[in-house]
Amino acid sequence: MNKACERLINGLVKENPTFVLMLGMCPTLAVTTSAINGMGMGLTTAAVLAMSNLIISLLRKIIPDRVRIPAFIVIIASFVTMVQLLLEAYLPSLNDALGVYIPLIVVNCIILGRAESYAYSNPPIPSLFDGIGMGLGFTVALTMIGALRELLGSGTFFNMNIMPKGFEPIRIFVVAPGAFFVLAALCAVQNYIKIKGEAKGKDMSKIGSGCSHDCMNCDIKCDSAKEENK
Amino acid sequence: MDTVRQLLIILIGSSLVSNVVLCQFMGLCPFLGVSKKIKTAAGMGMAVIFVITLASTVAGVIYKFILVRFGLEYLQTIVFILVIAALVQFVEMFLKKSIPSLYEALGVYLPLITTNCAVLGVALTNVQKEYGIVTGIVNGFATALGFTIAIVILAGLREKMEYNDIPESFKGMPMVLLTAGLMAIAFCGFSGLL
Repeated sequence: MNKACERLINGLVKENPTFVLMLGMCPTLAVTTSAINGMGMGLTTAAVLAMSNLIISLLRKIIPDRVRIPAFIVIIASFVTMVQLLLEAYLPSLNDALGVYIPLIVVNCIILGRAESYAYSNPPIPSLFDGIGMGLGFTVALTMIGALRELLGSGTFFNMNIMPKGFEPIRIFVVAPGAFFVLAALCAVQNYIKIKGEAKGKDMSKIGSGCSHDCMNCDIKCDSAKEENK
Repeated sequence: MDTVRQLLIILIGSSLVSNVVLCQFMGLCPFLGVSKKIKTAAGMGMAVIFVITLASTVAGVIYKFILVRFGLEYLQTIVFILVIAALVQFVEMFLKKSIPSLYEALGVYLPLITTNCAVLGVALTNVQKEYGIVTGIVNGFATALGFTIAIVILAGLREKMEYNDIPESFKGMPMVLLTAGLMAIAFCGFSGLL
């Protein structure tokens, strides 16, 4: 049970996919126009991540090394399709709000990254909790960013009006450019913490060196792995 | 005449008004990662135009003649991602064997495109908006053109900014994101076009 707890804490805090690793930036920017959208996207991704981690871990001895990436993609895409159909049936409003970004969970590098780096080499129960932890970490991050943008951009919090009367909403935060500015601020804070930490001699290598570079690395790694297998 | 008009509207709409990176946030990874030099940015842009146009053609044909015919529309996500991954591999092999000069220009970027969410995004948008095959191809081409315009402009700006004095914490990614944000504001101006 300790192992499961450790995986949960790891995903939520130590290796938070958004704030620490800077992975999966496309949905982070696109759907965080309000707290509720961010939360919906986060939970959807968390469900897919937990299930795909569990299944990949169960099948890890059966999937041949050479075709593991396509196999992961098929498993992930199946769960995404299931989740999408469920949302269409039971939460149509959320489905409309997230639109094309739900099927795009397939190419979210958090999910493929966890499959490759954790689930493929670990037993099912820790993998499941790793998925839940990472997914919840992503949900918390998306909800926070969404809440911030919603608060500044429309003056509400989970659709409740909480700002004082004189507050003029800064509309730009809920449209596209605002997303870039919020992420820029987030990256700057992360850089600041990293520089401070390195000055004190702490190990900061886990912190993503910049948003999306991990994505590229992941691609390059996957491909160099493919080259080796040829 | 009406179809030409509709195609023109899609061409402008997808490339400028709802720009794929700056308004829809698809394909951010290459947009931020490969935009250091104008030359590499242009190469990436060309490769993306090539792959997206091809992928939206193939995805459109498969959707219409296989998935719809057999009532398997719900498999679209799985089929599209596999088709795109296979297509990119195939294009890479084909270019390497038959058109080496083009391969040298685009080759390094091709593997990076497999997981570019813009490719899957275009295929899915075409289905969601119920575009026909030709309209889908035009939409794919326009989206990729928008991506190229955005990445080349960003690369130009980044080349100019290279020696600027930027606060320590804002060096690297934060500055690029701020630039992208300002570009997004500029692209918002296109929304009056249609």
